[in-house]
Amino acid sequence: MKPSAAAQIPALDVDHVGHRYGARVALKDVSLTVRQSSFTVLLGLNGAGKSTLFSLITRLYAISSGKIRIFGHDVAKEPGAALSKLGVVFQSRALDIDISVRQNLMYHAALHGIASKRANELIGQVLDRVAMTDRSGDRVGNLSIGQMRRIEIARALLHQPRLLLLDEPTVGLDIKARADILDHVRRLSEVEGIGVLWATHLIDEAGAGDDVAVLHKGSVLAHGTVGDVIAKSGGGDLRDAFNRLTGVADQDELEAVR
Amino acid sequence: MTAISDTTERHGLSPAQYLICLTGIVWREALRFIHQRERFISALVRPLVWLFIFAAGFRQVLGVSIIPPYETYVLYEVYIAPGLVAMIQLFNGMQSSLTMVYDRETGGMRTLLVSPFPRWWLLTSKLLAGTIVSILQAYVFLLIAWFWDIEPPAIGYLAVAPALLLSGFMLGALGMLISSLIKQLENFAGVMNFVIFPMFFASSALYPLWRVKESSPLLYYVCELNPFTHATELIRFALYGQVAWISLTVVLGCTAAFLFGAILAYDPARGFLARREGG
Repeated sequence: MKPSAAAQIPALDVDHVGHRYGARVALKDVSLTVRQSSFTVLLGLNGAGKSTLFSLITRLYAISSGKIRIFGHDVAKEPGAALSKLGVVFQSRALDIDISVRQNLMYHAALHGIASKRANELIGQVLDRVAMTDRSGDRVGNLSIGQMRRIEIARALLHQPRLLLLDEPTVGLDIKARADILDHVRRLSEVEGIGVLWATHLIDEAGAGDDVAVLHKGSVLAHGTVGDVIAKSGGGDLRDAFNRLTGVADQDELEAVR
Repeated sequence: MTAISDTTERHGLSPAQYLICLTGIVWREALRFIHQRERFISALVRPLVWLFIFAAGFRQVLGVSIIPPYETYVLYEVYIAPGLVAMIQLFNGMQSSLTMVYDRETGGMRTLLVSPFPRWWLLTSKLLAGTIVSILQAYVFLLIAWFWDIEPPAIGYLAVAPALLLSGFMLGALGMLISSLIKQLENFAGVMNFVIFPMFFASSALYPLWRVKESSPLLYYVCELNPFTHATELIRFALYGQVAWISLTVVLGCTAAFLFGAILAYDPARGFLARREGG
């Protein structure tokens, strides 16, 4: 494969994906892409379908309609190849609080088939990246929530993924810790060229240069650069755009009911 | 660096990497076990209470005649010891299933399932990890029981290891299957009432089945069909250096069936996880 062709493959390609829980539709024909080394914000209120989408991308649920590809690998057909390129920070805590930071990371390395010598090198690197090197021997239970989040991110980066998914990573953090984490991850995508999908309900977490996808009640209402989305909605800023888009969608729904 | 990732991409994961994954999962389970001392102590206290109190009280009530594998009359304590070993594994298997539900509610289960290894491998590794922990518990119990005059022949201590591996696998696989069906943590009390107690009481763990047959032929057949009876008998015969062939066959068959069921249940394409909202 030529480098130019390889560079064009999106890090994540969600292609007309739908999902339902029994009779309730959770995702409706959702399409979005995360370009390589881009920072894409998935913006949606609670219950918009963000977590369902994450469960589908990480293969916790089977994809019933549509396709999801990670660097061109279909998640349903080549799960091994797709998942090896993916790092995830889940909303719920994934670390063992009884054991140390290093032991948690060693376990994660094993889950990716990384031998202990190489794992030690990688652990050194990721802890350095999230500025937690001095805490590697600490019990996870003794860390603050913000520090735990940083370790979760380090954990997700350990096997050197090219795509990083984060599901509401700033929940429960104070303003400073929030800014820290956002800053860290943004730098990762800029410096290391990792494609990032950052799911949040907090509009101010999207920066001017980011890509954004607005998810509302299971549908993508707008997808593009922040500028595009604002222009499309005719709003003054992203918050205005978001309110207009979701307001219009709700209005349409009301009319459809009538 | 690129060259390395290209090879992994083309050839998938190597057998050595499968082994790394397995050892990692076993190692984490062992670490958790060491750090959760209460879990270890309560796992040990439970069978000891049965042995020290229940068995002592029932010694006079229940006479046990000479039945294989025993060559002489045995005390009631001696009779129920193998059943208590099986009980340790039963609780351990169900507790691992509880951990899996708990893991699913936090992010531990997700982290496991996002690993690029195939799911059947991840679940089998997890099962082996739980079984190893239960074998350790069983040996500590047997050691204490030895001081209580439960002294099987030396060869029995060796022969019981493969039996424990098998019965641990079977009960763990059953727990795993159940864990895929439980929605929430709270339902573990239900598992106690509907799985652990019936399995334990309707088995040969506490009384020889010929005695059960005298009082209720129906219950006798239920006990004979109960996989836990066969786990108990497998352990009992192994402790005296013998093989209970029928029980061995039943345990092998049940292990295969439960494991197959658990792997199906955790398979995203066929599994039950996706039908459950927010799971």
